[in-house]
Amino acid sequence: MTALTGTGKLVRLILRRDRVLLPIWILTFAGLMASIVASFDGLFPTAAERQSYADASAADAGFTSLYGPLHGSSLGELSVWRAGFYPVLIALIALLTVIRHTRTEEELGRRELLGATVVGRHAGLAAVLAVTLAANLVLAALVAAAMAGQNLPVAGSVAAGLQLAAAGWAFAAVGAVAAQLTSGAGAARGIAVGVLGGTWLLRVIGDVSGLSGGGLSWLSWLSPIGWAHQLRPYAGEQWWVLLLPVALTALGAAVAVALEARRDVGAGLLPDRPGPATAAPGLRSPLALAWRLHRGLLAGWMAGFAVIGVVLGGAASSVGDMVADNPNLEEIFTRMGGRSGIIDAYLVSVMGILALMAAGYAIQATLRLRAEETSGRAEPVLATAVGRLQWAASHLVFSVLGSALALLAAGFTVGLTYGATTPDLGHQLSRVLQGALVQVPAVWVLAAVAVALVGLAPRFAAVAWGALGLCVVLGLVGAALQLDQWVMDLSPFTHVPKVPGAAVAATPLVLLLAVAVALGGAGLAGLRRRGIPAA
Amino acid sequence: MDETIRTEALVKTFGRTRALDGLDLVVHTGEVHGFLGPNGAGKTTTLRVLLGLLKADGGTARLLGGAPWSQATELHRRLAYVPGDVTLWPNLSGGEVIDLLGRLRGGLDAKRRAELLERFDLDPRKKGRSYSKGNRQKVALVAALASDVELLLLDEPTSGLDPLMEDVFRQVIREERQQGRTVLLSSHILAEVEALCDRVTIIRDGRAVETGTLTELRHLTGVSIQAELTQPAAGLAQVPGVHDLQAQNGQVRFHVDPGALDAALRELTSAGVRSLVSQPPTLEELFLRHYDRARGDGRDQEVAR
Repeated sequence: MTALTGTGKLVRLILRRDRVLLPIWILTFAGLMASIVASFDGLFPTAAERQSYADASAADAGFTSLYGPLHGSSLGELSVWRAGFYPVLIALIALLTVIRHTRTEEELGRRELLGATVVGRHAGLAAVLAVTLAANLVLAALVAAAMAGQNLPVAGSVAAGLQLAAAGWAFAAVGAVAAQLTSGAGAARGIAVGVLGGTWLLRVIGDVSGLSGGGLSWLSWLSPIGWAHQLRPYAGEQWWVLLLPVALTALGAAVAVALEARRDVGAGLLPDRPGPATAAPGLRSPLALAWRLHRGLLAGWMAGFAVIGVVLGGAASSVGDMVADNPNLEEIFTRMGGRSGIIDAYLVSVMGILALMAAGYAIQATLRLRAEETSGRAEPVLATAVGRLQWAASHLVFSVLGSALALLAAGFTVGLTYGATTPDLGHQLSRVLQGALVQVPAVWVLAAVAVALVGLAPRFAAVAWGALGLCVVLGLVGAALQLDQWVMDLSPFTHVPKVPGAAVAATPLVLLLAVAVALGGAGLAGLRRRGIPAA
Repeated sequence: MDETIRTEALVKTFGRTRALDGLDLVVHTGEVHGFLGPNGAGKTTTLRVLLGLLKADGGTARLLGGAPWSQATELHRRLAYVPGDVTLWPNLSGGEVIDLLGRLRGGLDAKRRAELLERFDLDPRKKGRSYSKGNRQKVALVAALASDVELLLLDEPTSGLDPLMEDVFRQVIREERQQGRTVLLSSHILAEVEALCDRVTIIRDGRAVETGTLTELRHLTGVSIQAELTQPAAGLAQVPGVHDLQAQNGQVRFHVDPGALDAALRELTSAGVRSLVSQPPTLEELFLRHYDRARGDGRDQEVAR
């Protein structure tokens, strides 16, 4: 038996387990890339319009930090540039996939079960890398086909696909290494996401510095995210750049294999620190337990939201500058869905995106309930003098208040960074915070959908992510696809007042709250009535 | 005698599966009650119904004088539970889990906690993810045993413990009984039940097939006999109530129902007895008889032929 015996069988196992997840994210990103081309084509039909938009954007620090460098003004270049954050998301998916099928499996003891069969030491790692790398190539092929299908140059379309795959490959390897380091999957995810954040920051600093011919532009070349942009789809493709992520992937895989050969199954390379022998006096309620379980996740989301808020808030004034320099763009921007004031329109769309992300946190926090139940950790707690509703409430505090806090944190940093560029910081800050607050009821509706599923149809609790996916699709591409209003109305975010800019209308907010309360109440009633764990 | 637990005709279905099919179970106050059955017989489901985690589809259940489903939280103050498959929070230490569960139940005896940690040889500073199965079980055991409660519900509590720790467990349970606590011990380790339990309920396919003290059960099920004979006892196989008959080189071994003992012994003496050993059945034999009969037409007849 060699170290790779059984890899093929494990590949099939992973494909079986991820048979829904894999196609969903691959098709989603291929679809999003295709829709960006369509929406740019609709917004800027002539070369002259594209040129003036590109001129203004390329020199802008806010856009450059968000999307990366813009090399030209062709439809292909603009579309790929606008999708400049996608490599980061693909990288995130890749590293999470690898860790989920390696360290998580090990932590849960399933790796041991397989390891005792005719399966080689490195077969698990090899299998998940094979699946992840192949999935990224499938994504690249679909993106290339979708782009080329819209009459864009073939070479550039291939590069646009490979740009995403390159990020996925590099961070699949990062995930593989991180999975070897710690014995807990959570800590491994933390390390890998930290590396992703760090390299993204290197790319931002390098690219922004490059705008002014600064001396730090070489930093982008240290970042796998930077490499993706340096491939320059539709802008004179630099194919050799692909060697960098391929080399990193090979190196990462080799390091992971070497580390895996050197450690025991279940153990990490970094030692586990011992915990306290007795519990702190405060650890005496379900809420205190929930705080221990949620605090890391909440802190991570709040920090992430605050940082994104700084970037997006910084870009707000850039939007204003751009329009001041290019009066002929104004009409285009009002066409993009804003009401009055281009900056307000931008802030509304920023808050909409942040709200979708906050809903992601709210769902994640709510599904902890279900995870506690299926893992068997709810049982000993519910066998004490803790009622079901008390137990559920202790977790839901985090999905309800945590999502609102994260949204406010982002609203605060957006308002602060944008307000600092205006003469009236206090006024702008309160307007932006209002814009964040009005999103909260819609976020709660999605949290309530998750509660209802957990309470009434626990086996389908993960469908809550599907509801969020629907809202994302409707919010990002619904307008461009000119869907019927009743379809758009399915998303709670459609009903949120466009603040700042429009007046705060109470009726939709009250209705959204009522829907959230009704769904959440139904879910809790179901949770009280059903068996735990649910059959 | 007071009853701490009583279920009557308890039914619980999961889809098409009937996990509990009319279960009757009575646990007297102050006794250690063995709840025996192989995997999938319905032991864990019963305990979950008694804890009010699952709602029964039929029948009644009373626990500590209350209704498990509607009065769950009040009743839980008076009992402690050790699940069969203990999972801990990966980022909490064992000591934290013990304290937390104890406090959620309404209090913990710090002296008893320290004593149990010592006796079970458990390091409370390790994080949940780094404990082995046996040590996770010890965490749950210490948390349950250090609480001042009337009733202990233990679901296969020793399945991951080594023999030394199992011995400690038995001592601790005996002490609990002396304190007057009631214990419902679900298990498939027969030696443990035989050593600890006052009364036993054997469960098969969600029904109680046998219940009583070990002596009662033995009496009901008769004895095993091994004898050396001077000539073959040809009539023995025809005696109703004789099972598992094996005859070889003048030796016979068989199992006989209480009512047939007299007739069987007469057959033996007429054949001439050189030596004779009679034994009450072990719990294992009691147990296997119920399960062997369930498996098709029974080995009894096959061997007797």
